[in-house]
Amino acid sequence: MATVADVRIRSSRRAEGFLLAIAVAIPVTAYAIVGLAVTGGLPANVWFFALGTVCLAIAGHGALRAWAPAADPVLFPAAFALNGVGLAMIYRLDLERAATSGATHYATRQLAWSVIGVALAVLVIVTLRDHRKLRRFTYTAMVAGLACLLLPLLPILGHERRGARLWIEVFGLSFQPAEIAKILLAIFFAGYLVTHRDNLALAGPKVLGVRLPRLRDLGPIVLAWVASIAVLVYEKDLGTSMLFFGLFVAMLYVATERLSWVLIGVVLFGAGAVAAGAIFPHVAARYDVWLHALNPVVYDKSPGGSEQLVRGLFGLANGGLFGTGLGQGIPGQVPFAESDFIVSSLGEELGLTGLMALLALYLLIVERAFRTAIGMRDGFGKLLAAGLGFAIAMQLFVVVGGVTRLIPLTGLTTPFLAYGGSSLLANWVVIGLLLRMSHDSRREEAVP
Amino acid sequence: MNSAIRRLSIVVLVMFLALMGSSTSVQFFDAKSLNADPRNRNTLYREYGTFRGPIVVDGQAIASSSPVDDPFGYQRTYSDGALFAPVTGFYSVVYGRTGIEQAENTLLNGSDDSLFWTRLGDLLAGKEQRGATVELTLRSELQRVASDSLGAQRGAVVALDPRTGEILAMVTSPSYDPARLAGHTTADVVSAYKALNDDPQRPLVDRAIAGDTYAPGSLFKLVTTTAALESGYTPDTPLYAPPELTLPLSSATITNFGKEPCGPDDRPTLAYALQHSCNTPFAGLAMSLGWDSIARKAREFGWGDSLSIPMAVTPSRLPKSPDAAQTAMSGIGQFDVRATPLQMAMVGSAIANGGVLMRPYLVADTRDSSLQVLSVARPETYSTPMSAATATQLRDMMISVVEGGTGTAARIPGVSVAGKTGTAESGTDAAPHAWFLGFAPADNPVVVVVVIVENGGNAGSEATGGTVAAPIAKAVIEKAIELDQQRKDQGLR
Repeated sequence: MATVADVRIRSSRRAEGFLLAIAVAIPVTAYAIVGLAVTGGLPANVWFFALGTVCLAIAGHGALRAWAPAADPVLFPAAFALNGVGLAMIYRLDLERAATSGATHYATRQLAWSVIGVALAVLVIVTLRDHRKLRRFTYTAMVAGLACLLLPLLPILGHERRGARLWIEVFGLSFQPAEIAKILLAIFFAGYLVTHRDNLALAGPKVLGVRLPRLRDLGPIVLAWVASIAVLVYEKDLGTSMLFFGLFVAMLYVATERLSWVLIGVVLFGAGAVAAGAIFPHVAARYDVWLHALNPVVYDKSPGGSEQLVRGLFGLANGGLFGTGLGQGIPGQVPFAESDFIVSSLGEELGLTGLMALLALYLLIVERAFRTAIGMRDGFGKLLAAGLGFAIAMQLFVVVGGVTRLIPLTGLTTPFLAYGGSSLLANWVVIGLLLRMSHDSRREEAVP
Repeated sequence: MNSAIRRLSIVVLVMFLALMGSSTSVQFFDAKSLNADPRNRNTLYREYGTFRGPIVVDGQAIASSSPVDDPFGYQRTYSDGALFAPVTGFYSVVYGRTGIEQAENTLLNGSDDSLFWTRLGDLLAGKEQRGATVELTLRSELQRVASDSLGAQRGAVVALDPRTGEILAMVTSPSYDPARLAGHTTADVVSAYKALNDDPQRPLVDRAIAGDTYAPGSLFKLVTTTAALESGYTPDTPLYAPPELTLPLSSATITNFGKEPCGPDDRPTLAYALQHSCNTPFAGLAMSLGWDSIARKAREFGWGDSLSIPMAVTPSRLPKSPDAAQTAMSGIGQFDVRATPLQMAMVGSAIANGGVLMRPYLVADTRDSSLQVLSVARPETYSTPMSAATATQLRDMMISVVEGGTGTAARIPGVSVAGKTGTAESGTDAAPHAWFLGFAPADNPVVVVVVIVENGGNAGSEATGGTVAAPIAKAVIEKAIELDQQRKDQGLR
């Protein structure tokens, strides 16, 4: 006589509900403060905005209760709060432009994208009942991912913005395919590495206590390296190049637990980046902007000078420790303040304190992704969860590092905060995948 | 794989720490220099958005901000702008700031570190950030007398309190009204600035501290005399003084004013030579002392030092390793010796204060917006270029200059005035600059005044320090003594 095992689920949905309440309160308050500070009154549609935000949060929360009740309780509220804060800042920039250079309506569009984004995350949770299905698409993901990565290089489709060729434009809609490539390549790396990890991990001679890989196993890393350097040289963006190569090396390390891969990767990338700077003048010019941003010659150069970067720095400095207060700075001085430079806009108005809080939210998301990965019971899932988490960390590092002059400036956008449909949708899909996997990871017993 | 994921999570933590570090470096450590960058428009907008603190003289605001209904929020206004312009400088949307407006900018705009707690308090109380008040050491009546006496002549007047180093008056002429540059209409400001900048009289130059430095002429004999007295000479030491001195290895000659002889038998005492400002004995004295000992003394008086009062003062210059002929010329304040009027006032101040030179300063105290004192200036010794005995000897010699020498125009009935005249060559064709340095009352000086009138002023080439500059100094000294007495009566000192 068989007994049905009682599958106990640690729900944590109540904790999520509590966190969501905060995650809703922050953007709604921010939205109201922006209106009060800039126009002197509450924004006309503040109640609509508040109601919409609450509905969206309840919808997502309800979907999780129904379809992934064991999912991690922090991921959704954290992403939701970031999305909301970004929305408030974009609205704030709309208001500033309405007063100066001419009205923009980015906030309305971003709001629509946010709704679609959350819906997409729910869709992933509902339709993808088992993440292992994705492993079937390992090589499809590779082809699609590489295609996405290289799409901006196509003559008519590709579009250059601020010297970086990261965009495609179809029917007037611009799109950053690297965001989608991020997910596709994470799937490919996970699928590929879980199959080949034993070869990559165990074979090879030992030199100075470090086990080096066999020469013939070097193929994939060399390929990834060539692709990333190609991105650097042809798309002229060190950030994108770093994002994908870093993602690959990190996942390779997780798969093999071999430090030698990391060393090889870092050396290869460093050498490649330096060589590219020495060979290609346009790459060297980007390094120049980074290293000598305040030099008047570099500052005044047009196009390709450091003026935008430095204006972002001025904004951040203006914010100081506590910020000017929402709606009381002049973040609109920086071109692309709502997308590439949203971090300096937020840093100006919320100060270092606010920026630290936002960084902490991201760190929370990434570490929860890693926690999910550790709990996963299949290698593919572990790699995918860790990879997606690391991709968010790497992208943030590249963007915030670029704005604060830690590394050269990049054309990538800040996940969840920045204006832009492709970025927002892709990142909500990442959250959807992580939520789905965390549901599996956190169940005490496997589904029979 | 789990241990690798854990290690990766530590890598991510390090990456985030790096980001937090780089944001801290931009928003905290570099913020000051980024905010001070002239290309930074954020700073200007923010500054205009906040209430800028006033600059105060004798309890009256001479520069203040009032709210206006335009994007800048506040308008800077100046009362008696032209009178105080050499001190306040201007505050312009287009051309930035000068003078105290620049030197004390972080206090005036409220961003100074010393205002941290005030700012925090304002933030918590929901009050608007307000700049600090900067109170100056100037006396407005003295400033006015100095300015009126100088009139339209090009030149400068500096008055110091030798006991403390307080700058009591600082006038430069011609001046300008900083209000013309403080407007918010860019085109008006640009045309006003252009007009001022192109004016051949150069009203924007602060001649007292930061103009082209002047040849000090005979005033420099005070430095040469100090060096002599400190190395064993006495006022009664006879000097060699031919009517005409041919300089060594040169065909050039030095003569006394009007080619007159100096004293009986061409052997005047040091005191007599200074009283009548003879050139040849001082040229000879400089050569026998040697340039090094004079230069050392000059540096103790402040030559070569870039003072900040808190505006930057142009360092006064000395010639580098002059030969014998150049030493002779330098000893009487010609050749490559250059000085600001403030520098000459410092020489007088050291003599007047018994040999102790007090560091000159302009800011008496600063207060936050609720008038809590942030800082009060404390008088500071700058150097001690001479002993008290030397100072007394010099003072007595300078009294004789006013009583029976070249400076009789500075005599004040009932007050013993010590002084020294100077008439400095300013170029081959131009009329000489007229100088006067004086302090009084000689036995307990409350004020040191230096006057320079460029190219002889209204008197032109007929001018000497004694005829043109001394009467101006006299007026300033009289007023300063009167004001000092008032303060004493009010128990302020």
